[in-house]
Amino acid sequence: MASTPTLRTARAIVALTAVVALTACTTTSDTRDGTAAVTGGTLSVVGPVEVHSLEPATSSELFTRLQVSETLVATDADGALRAGLATGWHADDDTTWRFELRPTAVFHDGEPVTADAVVAALQIAYDKEGSPLTGAPVAEIGVDGDDIVVRLDEPFASLPAVLAHTSTQVLAPSSYDEDGAVTEVIGSGPYAISAVHPPQRIEVTASEHWDGTAPAITDVTYQAVSRAESRALMAESGQSDVTLGMDPVSLQRLQDVDGVQIHSVTLPRTIQMKVNGEHPALGDPLVRQALSAALDRQGMATALLRDPEMAATQLFPPSLADWHQDDLTALEHDADEARRLLAEAGWEEGPDGILVRDGERFEITLRTFPDRPELPILATAIQAAFADVGIDLSVSISNSSEIPAGHQDGTLDVGLYARNYALVPDPAVTLLGDFAPEGSDWGAMGWNDEDLTAALEAMAEGLDDAQAADARAQVAQIMQDELPVIPVAWYRQSAVVNERVAGMTLDPLERSWWLSELTWSS
Amino acid sequence: MLRLLRRRALQAVGVTLVVSTACFVMIRTLPGDLAFRIAAGRYGYDQVDAASAEGVRAELGLDRPAWQQLLEWWAGLARLDLGTSLVTRASIADELGHALGASLHLAAVALAMGCLVGVTLGAAAAHRPGGALDKLTTLAVVGSRALPPFILGLLLILVFAVHLGVLPAAGHGQASNVALPAAALAIGLAGLFARITRDTVVQVRATEYVQFARTKGLNGRLVLTRHVLRNSGVTVVSYVGVQALILIEGVIVIESLFGWPGLGHALVHAVFWRDVPMIQATAVALALLVVVINTAVDVSTAAMDPRPRVKEVTP
Repeated sequence: MASTPTLRTARAIVALTAVVALTACTTTSDTRDGTAAVTGGTLSVVGPVEVHSLEPATSSELFTRLQVSETLVATDADGALRAGLATGWHADDDTTWRFELRPTAVFHDGEPVTADAVVAALQIAYDKEGSPLTGAPVAEIGVDGDDIVVRLDEPFASLPAVLAHTSTQVLAPSSYDEDGAVTEVIGSGPYAISAVHPPQRIEVTASEHWDGTAPAITDVTYQAVSRAESRALMAESGQSDVTLGMDPVSLQRLQDVDGVQIHSVTLPRTIQMKVNGEHPALGDPLVRQALSAALDRQGMATALLRDPEMAATQLFPPSLADWHQDDLTALEHDADEARRLLAEAGWEEGPDGILVRDGERFEITLRTFPDRPELPILATAIQAAFADVGIDLSVSISNSSEIPAGHQDGTLDVGLYARNYALVPDPAVTLLGDFAPEGSDWGAMGWNDEDLTAALEAMAEGLDDAQAADARAQVAQIMQDELPVIPVAWYRQSAVVNERVAGMTLDPLERSWWLSELTWSS
Repeated sequence: MLRLLRRRALQAVGVTLVVSTACFVMIRTLPGDLAFRIAAGRYGYDQVDAASAEGVRAELGLDRPAWQQLLEWWAGLARLDLGTSLVTRASIADELGHALGASLHLAAVALAMGCLVGVTLGAAAAHRPGGALDKLTTLAVVGSRALPPFILGLLLILVFAVHLGVLPAAGHGQASNVALPAAALAIGLAGLFARITRDTVVQVRATEYVQFARTKGLNGRLVLTRHVLRNSGVTVVSYVGVQALILIEGVIVIESLFGWPGLGHALVHAVFWRDVPMIQATAVALALLVVVINTAVDVSTAAMDPRPRVKEVTP
């Protein structure tokens, strides 16, 4: 009798050991199966963006990038507009646009894509926050026969570009609940959703209802992994076929690795400093020019971004071919010129080396955020460059919303961020908002220029090609002279692609990964 | 035993109220506008602006007095309703369940691996204190403890994923994904368990009751299983309990390196986005886990400890 509890304990120990051993064995055997699945017929895409929502405006473009859903208007590899769900579009008159629907388009639930379904989806997008459509002068979105007709309050030439924005993706009526919230993503693209596992995984498979060329790769898994180093190791080990969002250091290392190729495209995105024009020191254009001259952009691009070509010489990167002006005088590093400009603006060196004017030290704070990993390191380089010319810059690394919040309450001095000028494929739409006379959260602050406003408004109403080119040149020149935002660097997006996969093209507008055009290498 | 469980249940209720209220107050006192932070979480850095923040403020009623919002949370809690995330608008119970499941899965496999390797090594080392195996074990333990889990994780990925190609480097969703993060945690744990087991076994072997067991003619195996392991188990199980807590709450670095969507991941996101109910729910889940694990440790040590005649714990 006395031995019963001891026996029980002994048995428990044996059982525990068996369970542990079993766990270890299961792990090992599953491992082999798991790895086989990854390297089998499913394309593994790995990126930094997590899956937090099914809503078009808050799903981080994942469902258009995976080609599950379509927008009326799409874009090509040059960033130009091309047919999406709409095969063509034109303006009936100044304030009426007509979009002709692709008649063979079918949603993944088997229902045809009708003009009514498109209008319903657009109306939901229009009624929600976070879509550029909400900011467009739309009076009514309606149906005329098989066409979608958009009536405007005023002429707006960029409407097709706005309808290429991912927040205007068209989902099947069965995707929404009675309140217009998306419960399931049912699109009309080449791939249909098989499973969504927030926050990390989306599985898609080729849709039987797709009316175009069937994708060569039928099964795709998207996986979000937040650390760039981990993604690089996944690419290097062959676990992922397409790896996105690479950091400069990992990218440099992967260039020497066998079995992977690096694809790059310059994005219409500029890393820039937003400057408070109402700040007693920063309101002076001479000071803004001095700040710009103090920056060693070439050094920062070479040492920190590992990509010397990304040193910004003007606001618009070469990837925005229509907007980039080859004949503009480039922004250059000249610390002596910066000191001279600051002296001209009345700033003199104080006892501790920091500039002083009327007893006030030149102390400012730069706000930035870590979502794009290069921003904090660029901020410290800017801090050193400013210290070199006598400006005491504090760096505050926090949340991205601190910049718009600081704009609203007027406490922002300088904000460092990457601005996507092709959020809507026509940069004029973003510029019109960012450099509106009253300023904007991600654009000008306490600064406006009548000529710039007039040029942008004229473009919005519609200009012929020659006039539009002149207006763009004028906008670029004003930005270069006045520096309401100070350009720091341009942006290159890179993807590491395993050699098992062929046909990768990167979208400069980051709207799609064009996975349906990929094939397995022989 | 029942008295202990009753007392622990009451503790759990108290902990839940205190922790969730403290979280609420702390988040409210952090700098930054809640509405802007939540909008940044929802719309991303390209789209967050004053208009989206105002939309969030109106939708969530963030202008209401803080006490009303706290009362609402308490009322929800009383109905066992954790509400929905302010950022993703998904059910917090679902999101928490997913994150907690992932963390527990990782911690359980790591603990199991750590125990198996550590206890075996420790027991073997204790067989001849000061012998070659004991010295080797000490060396391995010091080595594994000196390596931070982050570096260890990277080394494991380089060896098993990049060079040997037998395990996936990172990610979640397949059974094999747990192997490397669990191993990264288990190696450090195994070292600790080996030390504790070795010292405790040596100590127990030197006691009079073990010597008596030998004297009365029990063979080595019986002495080990009936007397040494059982008595050592009391110490080791308590220690495993403490380590389990540290493990579940301290795997943030490993979760981040291996892209593992656990509690650490959820909590970091929620704090960054000021997703107040999600922070409260996550913190409460962690606090309750402490209560549950402590209770489990007390109950199991009471069951294992041969000394008390009545299987009762003084709470």
